[in-house]
Amino acid sequence: MTTPTQKIVGVQTPFKRLCSQFAESPVAMVGLVVLIVVIFVAIFAPLISPQNPYDLSKLDLMDARLAPGEVGLGGQHYLLGTDGQGRDMVSAIFYGLRVSLYVGLTSGIIALLIGSVLGVLAAHLGGRFEQFIMRLVDIQLGFPAILVALVLLAVLGKGVDKIIIALVSVQWAYYARTARSAALVERGKEYVEAARSLGLKGSRIVLRHLLPNAMAPLIVVGTVQVAHAIALEATLSFLGLGLPATEPSLGLLISNGYEYLLSGKYWISVYPGIALLITILAINLVGDQLRDILNPRLAR
Amino acid sequence: MTSLLSVKNLRTEFNTRNGILPAVADVSIELERGKVLGLVGESGSGKSVTGFSILGLVDAPGKVAGGSILFDGQELVGRDEEFLRKLRGKRIAMIFQDPMMTLNPVLSVETQMVETVLAHDSVSKAVARARAVEVLGKVGIASPSERLGQYPHQFSGGMRQRVAIAIAMLHQPDIIIADEPTTALDVTVQGQILYEMQQLVSNFGTALIWITHDLAVVAGLADHIAVMYAGRIVEYGSAESVLNDPRHPYTRGLLDSVPATTTPGKRLRQIPGSTPSLTELGASCAFAARCAYAQSACSEMPAMSSTGKHHVRCWHPLVPGHVTAQNEA
Repeated sequence: MTTPTQKIVGVQTPFKRLCSQFAESPVAMVGLVVLIVVIFVAIFAPLISPQNPYDLSKLDLMDARLAPGEVGLGGQHYLLGTDGQGRDMVSAIFYGLRVSLYVGLTSGIIALLIGSVLGVLAAHLGGRFEQFIMRLVDIQLGFPAILVALVLLAVLGKGVDKIIIALVSVQWAYYARTARSAALVERGKEYVEAARSLGLKGSRIVLRHLLPNAMAPLIVVGTVQVAHAIALEATLSFLGLGLPATEPSLGLLISNGYEYLLSGKYWISVYPGIALLITILAINLVGDQLRDILNPRLAR
Repeated sequence: MTSLLSVKNLRTEFNTRNGILPAVADVSIELERGKVLGLVGESGSGKSVTGFSILGLVDAPGKVAGGSILFDGQELVGRDEEFLRKLRGKRIAMIFQDPMMTLNPVLSVETQMVETVLAHDSVSKAVARARAVEVLGKVGIASPSERLGQYPHQFSGGMRQRVAIAIAMLHQPDIIIADEPTTALDVTVQGQILYEMQQLVSNFGTALIWITHDLAVVAGLADHIAVMYAGRIVEYGSAESVLNDPRHPYTRGLLDSVPATTTPGKRLRQIPGSTPSLTELGASCAFAARCAYAQSACSEMPAMSSTGKHHVRCWHPLVPGHVTAQNEA
């Protein structure tokens, strides 16, 4: 008889456990699928769009303001109609998603990096540095985000880089505050003491031990803030302060159709609006589920 | 003969809203290579702070306010952080009470062991990994190379403490300060860990400071015992003489309150009252309020008096073979 050799159970990394917990909520899975589709569309917009909406030579003014489903002079179907310049709304929305997501994600990631590093450093160093950073955060959060962004854009001018700067400077404070409180909680834990008693360098303790443990709340704040950033960018573009008309984001598309709303040509504003709504909803659904599974108090 | 570690008149204070709190006062201990010192006391008696003071890990609002810590001939008090960092983990390591808390939950055991090796030795990752596997095997972890890639939550409590011990042993330090490492474990696991620590100590010649509140644990392990009360050592001597011939009424009380010494069915003996708050300590002997033998002399803090190698901080130490009032009743 052979003795059964003890098999080491397959290593389940924290990441895998996270994935299986995430899949428990069907609503969140729908959100995740929608989000992936949206990101896919945004990335491959030039390949899947029927028309390049930025190429003015391809546009025909005679096709302007066609209702959804109508056929243009060139024989092409406009599934969601056309806007005031004869631009295909499907293509415009695809390209608009691209711009909106790019701006939202880029500003979110930059703000996350700046904010979390400042927050964790504030918690770690303490003293004057912490006071300075956290009072700066208080001041920042004391002003409405839209006001700060409007003022910054009025000074900086238009452009994708400018709006990213504006969005980062109104968002880093959320990350900094979250990162500091998470790091303060983690710093009091024994494993940090243990790491110090092993003679690890301060920088290593902050980067390898504190930051990864403080990451969970930051990811949750991150998803919510990316959705905020997209909405804020749309608002700014709608007000005419965000992106230049040559690179229309969803907000600018909504703004373009605004004047036609009362004359019954609803599609120019409504469809980009629905695209914006779906995107933000999907991000928030994913973010909510992440918050639930990463929250130790709700742990099952 | 010079000892490996010589702590003299150590004083560690914490600045609080209620004034300065002397968590550790006038603590002197000696430790020789390969010996085990049991540091015994109730919670709040300053035994953990003593351990942290030796490693220079006392954080604000606390600080080492006086005394000297000589390690292998070098003074540790007042040294800069970088000097102490190079010592920590390399020559003096620490093991903590709760292995759930001391291992970083998001890093694999491999990462945590390899980074500890690399913090002090410039070797390749492969060499560091090989050393981690070797040490894990030594502390009694089966199939160490498979277990190395796992995360702390995949280990049981006893195994986790073994991992923590392995991490402390990576550099074969001269001293390991063990801060109640078996308190959070089952009694059976506790026995195994104790046995293994004893083996490791005798194999490597590592000196051990075993901080605990459990006299039964140190009885079988320690060569010397220091009993702490309210931040001061009240009795210090060889394990044999402290356990068999306690001079301080507090040590006597601790020994009497071990349930095994009580006849079944009888009330367990206890020391009346509770540990005084450090801020309320006056000039009197800290134990006076709870001591059955307190006299007028006890309104002053007694100095250490010695009989041979047995030191006691009491105005009227118990004579050998003394039976307590409770014992007679």
